[in-house]
Amino acid sequence: MRSLGKQKVLSIKTIVAIGIGSALFVILGRFGSIPSGVPNTNIETTYALLALFALLYGPVAGLLIGLIGHTLKDAIFYGSPWFSWVIASGLVGLIIGLLTSRISIHDGEFGKRELIRFNLAQIAANAVAWFIVAPVLDILIYAEPANKVFTQGLIAGAANIVTVAIIGSLLAVAYAKTRTKQGSLSREA
Amino acid sequence: MKKAVIEFADFGFQYRAQKEPTLHGITLTITEGEKVLIVGPSGSGKSTLAHCINGLIPFAYSGEMTGSLRIMGQEQQEMSIAELSDRVGTVLQDPDGQFVGLTVGEDIAFRLENDAIPQAEMLEKVNAAAIAVDIHEFLSSSPQELSGGQKQKTTLGGVLVGDVDILLFDEPLASLDPYTGKKAIELIDRVQREGGTTVIIIEHRLEEVLHRAVDRIIVMDEGHIVADLPAAELLSADLLRNVGIREPLYLTALKYAGCSITPDINPQHIDDVRLDEYAGKLKVWYENNNIQPTSLEYPPLLELRNVTFGYEKNRPVLQELTLRIGKGEMLSIAGRNGAGKSTLSKLICGFYRPTSGTIWMNGRDIGPDSIKERADRIGFVMQNPNHMISKTLLYDEVALGLILRGASVEHIRERVHAILKVCGLYAFRSWPISALSYGQKKRVTIASILVLEPEIIILDEPTAAQDYRHYNEMMEFLLTLVNQGMTVMMITHDMHLMLEYAQRTIVLAGGVKLADDSPERVLGDTEVVRSANLKETSLFTLALRSGLDQPSEFVRRFIAYDRRVRGR
Amino acid sequence: MKANMLTFTKQDSPIHRLTGATKLIIFVVWSVAAMITYDTRCLAVMLVFSLFPFILSKVKFRDYAFVLSLILLFFLLNQLAIFIFSPLEGVRIYGSRHDIVHLAGRYTLTWEQLFYQFNIALKYAVVLPMALLFLLTTDPSEFAASLNRLGVNYKIAYSVSLALRYIPDVQRDYENISFSAQARGIDISRKEKLSRRVKNIISILMPLILTSIERIDKISTAMELRGFGRKTKRTWYKTRPFSSQDYIALGLIALIAIASTVITFYDGSRFYNLFEPN
Repeated sequence: MRSLGKQKVLSIKTIVAIGIGSALFVILGRFGSIPSGVPNTNIETTYALLALFALLYGPVAGLLIGLIGHTLKDAIFYGSPWFSWVIASGLVGLIIGLLTSRISIHDGEFGKRELIRFNLAQIAANAVAWFIVAPVLDILIYAEPANKVFTQGLIAGAANIVTVAIIGSLLAVAYAKTRTKQGSLSREA
Repeated sequence: MKKAVIEFADFGFQYRAQKEPTLHGITLTITEGEKVLIVGPSGSGKSTLAHCINGLIPFAYSGEMTGSLRIMGQEQQEMSIAELSDRVGTVLQDPDGQFVGLTVGEDIAFRLENDAIPQAEMLEKVNAAAIAVDIHEFLSSSPQELSGGQKQKTTLGGVLVGDVDILLFDEPLASLDPYTGKKAIELIDRVQREGGTTVIIIEHRLEEVLHRAVDRIIVMDEGHIVADLPAAELLSADLLRNVGIREPLYLTALKYAGCSITPDINPQHIDDVRLDEYAGKLKVWYENNNIQPTSLEYPPLLELRNVTFGYEKNRPVLQELTLRIGKGEMLSIAGRNGAGKSTLSKLICGFYRPTSGTIWMNGRDIGPDSIKERADRIGFVMQNPNHMISKTLLYDEVALGLILRGASVEHIRERVHAILKVCGLYAFRSWPISALSYGQKKRVTIASILVLEPEIIILDEPTAAQDYRHYNEMMEFLLTLVNQGMTVMMITHDMHLMLEYAQRTIVLAGGVKLADDSPERVLGDTEVVRSANLKETSLFTLALRSGLDQPSEFVRRFIAYDRRVRGR
Repeated sequence: MKANMLTFTKQDSPIHRLTGATKLIIFVVWSVAAMITYDTRCLAVMLVFSLFPFILSKVKFRDYAFVLSLILLFFLLNQLAIFIFSPLEGVRIYGSRHDIVHLAGRYTLTWEQLFYQFNIALKYAVVLPMALLFLLTTDPSEFAASLNRLGVNYKIAYSVSLALRYIPDVQRDYENISFSAQARGIDISRKEKLSRRVKNIISILMPLILTSIERIDKISTAMELRGFGRKTKRTWYKTRPFSSQDYIALGLIALIAIASTVITFYDGSRFYNLFEPN
């Protein structure tokens, strides 16, 4: 099979990945929140998914899954989209996609170096999105108090960084293993 | 002379990732308006052949082609996928993957939308296509509201709007119940005759496809064409068995009775077979093969008493259902989509609680038991193995349930190895699961349940998407489990499976129990067959046509005899 | 499950009759206008105005009751959080201070804060009827076509349509997978230790993601075979031409948006100040 999606910006595979990725974002965003043990902070598995799909299908897919998925999730379950956070989600997908575009995980290549690269990317992406962009937009759009939105951003960003670092990394490693070449296998007695 | 639409000349293909070519020296010409069936076991190259015709090779799957392939007179390699898709319309196996529209109407229109056809013209064409496939009453229905058969009709409609020259069906029967499958074959036949289109059907269910006549059957095995014959001749030759394709059951029955199959008895359709003196032979065979059924008494294991359940208020999916499953039994649950089959298994496993009624196991009401507690005694294997597999290595996957239950490392290793041996997976124990075939994966999921030592195992469509050889392996494997004392409950609409392996069949319709009897008697009851979307087996028809007075008994004797023959 | 989410129901009303594109434009313009302004007068007028189409649309209360209760809860928590974090935000914005009552420590309730938080409440309230209306009265089938009409690339517009198409399928996969996982003893509730819980989440996510990737491959193959993306433009089966009602609605919304923006920035500040500087 040809390498998935990355060669053409809007290949059919990218389009479909955006559609299915957004559907996954909605479902995991609604049902995939797991209590973390820290009060009022959940493990949002949907960001592990977003990071993985950005890694698999590239920055455009990452951006659009974040934007579309988050908008639909808010709209369907909470009535109206919270635009500042929607934009932040898109940004997370975009930045991870951009910074990991040289990892060819489809060939099963995901060792220590790639793991570090992926995590640096996700830390950068989450930091920019939740520590800066989301709170600033909250202030600009909704004129919310600065200390409130920065605290919220800090908690959400930290939680997402940890979530992606653990769950996202494990998923990426496991996915890469399913893509390894099978030439060397032989039956054992 | 008719124009050739597809011409393979000494054609070969090798996938980029593979060491060996998948197709070798294919030479095949299909002419305009022909209806051709391509059969072969999985891995025979029949799907690869289809991908070459519709252009997925080389556009989606790259590799190296040798020789020549011409579609409508043009070299395939010089055509774009767009040009190819203007000529070849494909109906894929998985109806949910191909149904991309939010409603039936939109999905049929998909092709026209992509061609930027003006809306007014589009509406007209969509209507015409919807009428042609008889789905026009559902134009605004969403895929979630449709049955498998209706989705397939939509998909076919979506291909017909494109005015293609060639229709390609990739395993059209794979996800349909027997009755819907029969209707699909009739629909394909009608569309072909009305439009004069060339039709190519890829399937391994020979008998079902032959419900309507085909011009030729091409048999593939290991990347070669091993036969290219009219149906009557192919069925008269002794070739199918060697490549692992099941011949129509009525022909097997005739052969057992010592009747020779030749083209002039019209072996291609049960209604057309010239029986003449064969009727007498069948009768003799029937009388000489009175193998007494071994009627076994099973102590009750699992019981449902007056179980009623619905996902929404006032819309019960199951109503006052009472049934009993014996220890060591192998039974099947049948019924059309939405009859409550999967809901039943979910209630037993505790995913949902009955609105009223109780579920008993070993004489104890298991109502208060949690999912996990029930899972220690009731194993549930889903239809799609990919929904169950969460580890990358086979060993880890099978060990998972034990690890979660806190077993010791040595105990786990011992149990896992023992189960892997039972399941014939021991040789692969350190393999990644991604390297296994679909059938093997299915076995892995069964192993991962068996390792918990349940008393009963429930399987949803255990043989779906598997060819005859794998079907056989899977079922024989399950039979060995039953022989070791396991209780097996199978949810299935595969009639062969029911007939050959189930000791008892329970038929559900509209949430109530419609029948609870031996499979041959269930399949002999026209009323039950109709309401459960089953189909009369051709063995039954054969018995009727030969004037045997107890067709169900004939079916039973055939199965018993066949079991002995194949067991050798 | 269905009662807990917002879904389109086929009905006939002047609002339902507007094209999807019109409703999308109105929703976007309305949201942006409401985001920009903090002028209490504008917000109040907009809120009153937004209730008219809501009544006109005849949408049923039970269709959004559950979601509404969720939103109200969220509203309340957010208001509380704002006060806890910044009890004098209003004082800072309006540059004056009129105390009502001292609560405890640094927490004093002021008229400014009350007015500021009233404005925030108003700001959300203004968007809400339009958002609900858009979701409840727009046929999802018209969605992609509408986005495309607004200038969004048709391929991206179609990916939104695909997301809507496959949300129920993905949800079914998710339920099946978590059912079978539970049956094997995989628990992701609080009953498990955190480290165990994380491992168990992976056991559910992995099959879900792998089946989804497989689904992506199948769907893109099918779309490829059906000629998706072969032309630079695309027509839509479910699209309707603009009627005079659409133009009227669009004209109205443009007027309101412009008026509100002009009024808001007329005195050089986004905020309408009730208070005399002290």
